[in-house]
Amino acid sequence: MGVTSVVLAGVGGQGTILAGDVLAKVAVAEGHVVKLSEVHGMAQRGGSVDTVVRYGDVVFSPIVDPGTADHLIAFEAIEAARAVRLLRPGGRLVVNRRVVAPLPVLIGDAAVPGDLEETLLAEGAILLDAEALACEAGSPRSANVVLLGAASYGLPFLAETWRQVLSSRVPSHTVEANMRAFELGLTACAEGACAL
Amino acid sequence: MARTLMSGNEAAARGAWEAGVAVGVGYPGTPSTEVLENLVRYDGVACEWAPNEKVAAEVAGGVSLGGARVLVTMKHVGLNVASDVLYTQAYTGVTGGLVYLVADDPGMHSSQNEQDTRNHAVGAHVPILEPADSAEAREHVIAAFELSERFDTPVIVRMTTRVSHGKSLVTGADRVEAERREYVKEPRKYVMMPGFARNRQPALEQRLHELRAWGDEASLNRAEYRDASLGIITSGIPYQYVREALPEASVLKLGLTYPLPEGLILEFTSKVDRVAVVEELGPYLGLRLRSLGIPLLETDLQAFGELSPARVAVAFGARAPETREPVQGLPPRPPLLCPGCPHRGVFHALGALRAVVTGDIGCYTLGASPPLNAMDSCVCMGASVGMAHGMALSGFADRPVVAVIGDSTFAHSGMTGLLHMSYTGSTGTVVILDNRTTAMTGRQGNPLSGTAIGDVDAPAADLEALARALGAASVRTVDPHDLHTTRTVLEEEISTAHLSVVIAKAPCALLVRSEVDPYAVDEELCTKCAACVRLGCPAISRDENGRAVIETSICVGCGQCVQVCRYDAIVRVGPSCDLGGA
Repeated sequence: MGVTSVVLAGVGGQGTILAGDVLAKVAVAEGHVVKLSEVHGMAQRGGSVDTVVRYGDVVFSPIVDPGTADHLIAFEAIEAARAVRLLRPGGRLVVNRRVVAPLPVLIGDAAVPGDLEETLLAEGAILLDAEALACEAGSPRSANVVLLGAASYGLPFLAETWRQVLSSRVPSHTVEANMRAFELGLTACAEGACAL
Repeated sequence: MARTLMSGNEAAARGAWEAGVAVGVGYPGTPSTEVLENLVRYDGVACEWAPNEKVAAEVAGGVSLGGARVLVTMKHVGLNVASDVLYTQAYTGVTGGLVYLVADDPGMHSSQNEQDTRNHAVGAHVPILEPADSAEAREHVIAAFELSERFDTPVIVRMTTRVSHGKSLVTGADRVEAERREYVKEPRKYVMMPGFARNRQPALEQRLHELRAWGDEASLNRAEYRDASLGIITSGIPYQYVREALPEASVLKLGLTYPLPEGLILEFTSKVDRVAVVEELGPYLGLRLRSLGIPLLETDLQAFGELSPARVAVAFGARAPETREPVQGLPPRPPLLCPGCPHRGVFHALGALRAVVTGDIGCYTLGASPPLNAMDSCVCMGASVGMAHGMALSGFADRPVVAVIGDSTFAHSGMTGLLHMSYTGSTGTVVILDNRTTAMTGRQGNPLSGTAIGDVDAPAADLEALARALGAASVRTVDPHDLHTTRTVLEEEISTAHLSVVIAKAPCALLVRSEVDPYAVDEELCTKCAACVRLGCPAISRDENGRAVIETSICVGCGQCVQVCRYDAIVRVGPSCDLGGA
């Protein structure tokens, strides 16, 4: 088996690091060799952040080049558009519709492109609203887990493995809400994939 | 222990613990910080954050002299500060094993420059190891302690961002307690004055000679023979890119890159048709191999920035992967000061006073970005103080000059600059942004914050008394969230004819969980003046009509914007929904 590369793209503070850690541990639990790369420090103060998870029989590089990622799970729409160049032709693109305006937009120095969603759809994106689904699950802060659920739709891992790893990473009283968030993300992605 | 996913920094800590390390000491710096933060979780190891890397290296030297094993950690620029210690420790050698873990940051993800720590290894005449993943980070740290004691030398383990913050599988083992080695008084070895130091130089040369021979046989250096038409010599993370990009090539993977195992290198180059070097930063291996007379293939791999598999592949004639067209017209997303950050209040005031601000290293460096644009220089830890003084000496008097420095950075190397200002009769102004933590690297304690590594309480130095003792004629503490007072005090202190320190004291927004309600904008009262927007708060934007909007889920209720609104249009609202979660 070759190597599968998953990129989790978002804004510093959105929970991509936790999501990447869960995904990597799920792949380890299912017997894969795994490498993960992320960036700490200044970028985490609200900058663009990409976490890369690669798994397979033998994995060398922890990072991916443009045009080589198999899956891009974007936690935010502008970052989806920025990171889409990492995705290989035919790669799977899942995008949270949320837009987090960067500072140049907030202060009026730049604008969010009006056709952002059309652009992403043209790239083959499955769009979902992770914050709304997280609220529906009863845990507004679990949008990152909704997106993990959406990621899981295209990944070959067992539901039980996801549950085990997730349970070990979230506060015990939030396990059920997080599992609901995971399921809602999975379902939304499946429906989005059918609609394509 | 089962195979576990670990970052390189976690694995390095694991390795140090397994090697029986007694003490870990360092100064936080991305990407090295998590090594000590992980090491402190193990039993049997005393860990400390030092005020700077030089102190850390000196403490480490004392631990070693006392016969115990010690790990000292820092980022690449930290070794510049500690190099004074290292270069002479190379002469004294060690009693207990002494290992420097130094993390370089190719690509400058969170640094002010790119440096190649291998050049320090050469300059100091100390061996350097370069792990290429987490498993090797553990192994190399263990090996470094063995080398340190066997060859009587400090040893550097050079990490890079992708090794430190990359995660991969590690199989750990139990700790092997290192017996404390006996300290024997030996001034000729440990007291480095000229007469004794000259006599240490032959030992230093002999040690490098022996290490070179050791490297020819060591498993840390590994020749992998595949297709003999191309042989790549590489080390660290570039090894991974080479294996991915050129799977058929023969590879000499070097773990010990100073001194170079010349016998092994010459053997490898004799068995392949063409030889090339793939390295990040440098040129280090390239220059040294050429000096051995080895002809190298020319590639266009640059000495700046990070490599990647595709960059390596393209350098050897492959085509870059097919990519999508980049989406045009996207707004950039630079990092920014957090909502509720106390630094914002100081920069707002300094902007209003049209001050030239000599800046420093920390979260507050972000005050240089729009819309605050409130910083004129940033060079290295502590530079703000000396540079403000120098700017006054230059005769520049068009606008007031103010130095801005964080609490941890002041303790690191701002204090000596302030002492110099008082000693030379400066009438300048230094603002200490005391947010009670070392924020940028992830909120570590420091000598002024009252906390130590592991989030335990520690004595906090009295910053006001310290500033007075260093010679400041006036020391005033303000709450930077109180914009009016902050501006007034700064204005007064800038205009006085004595040396002033203004301490802007309020905890980092990430240290405190906000217990006040957020604000919102009253649409009826907002005049679209955008005074609040110019604070650069991530919670404040403008709607399509130009009115200010506060995102209540982001607002932490610090109230700075309320003070800049002249129309009372910013009002408290109820809390946003927050039920908790992952």
